[in-house]
Amino acid sequence: MSEETLNNSSVSLAALKAGDRTEFARLVDATSNHIYHMALKILRDPQDAEDVLQESYIKALRALPNFEGRSTLSTWLYRIAVNEALMLLRKRRINLVSVEDETDEDDEQPGLVLTDWAGLPENELLSAESRQRLEAAVDTLPDTLRIVFMLRDIEGLSIKETAELLDLTETAVKTRLLRARLKLRNHLSIYFGEHLTEKSE
Amino acid sequence: MTEKCTCKGLTSSISDYLDGELPPELCAELEQHMSECENCSIVFNTMYKTIDLYRQPDPNNPLPDDIKSRLYHRLHLEDYLVKKT
Repeated sequence: MSEETLNNSSVSLAALKAGDRTEFARLVDATSNHIYHMALKILRDPQDAEDVLQESYIKALRALPNFEGRSTLSTWLYRIAVNEALMLLRKRRINLVSVEDETDEDDEQPGLVLTDWAGLPENELLSAESRQRLEAAVDTLPDTLRIVFMLRDIEGLSIKETAELLDLTETAVKTRLLRARLKLRNHLSIYFGEHLTEKSE
Repeated sequence: MTEKCTCKGLTSSISDYLDGELPPELCAELEQHMSECENCSIVFNTMYKTIDLYRQPDPNNPLPDDIKSRLYHRLHLEDYLVKKT
């Protein structure tokens, strides 16, 4: 979650509740980029992501009088956006609770790639090309794994929250998370492994 | 290098460990194992790094202008589109 962005701009909840438009604009400015890209990663459709973006703020404005501040403002807002995105996914009849976890589809896991690339410098790990590879790797995941990875590992929801939102058991969330992490780790290990080979040549 | 890690059964523990979901006694066992097993140590480090990379926001990926404009209009915040909010 980009708490930092919001903290830096220190949006006042009291002012928001009082209907201060400037404060609302500051909230939108600090959070809209995160919400849009999060929705885009979940839905993989720019139009759907834009709908989620707009609806999230409209719902947030409506719900604001009841917001008690138990979580931070941005966490609360991102939860609204996640819910909106999941609602759209369900409308599209994407089955988030498929029973594929219980099948042995993945028993034939590829061998683990054992390249130690974690020590590569950050500027290489997060170069524009690397970021493209990260995105492409996530896109190879089936929806059921991608959404769990998005919510837990990128959005930082707890296992319990992820399970509740997706109507899954915590065990199913952990199983999917493991499979998503292994697949992504293997993708990145192959990619960064090539970097290491090039460097040593 | 691609090979079957002989400790494959531990990948699930490594993932749980990263989530803080592994019982304390198993944590100690896993930490001890990773200090002796290079393969598991690599799996842990690279899995941790994989998640870490995905969590880093991309500073070069702003909200597209047309989407921002439509959002501000929908929220009746047009006045704030030109001004720095």
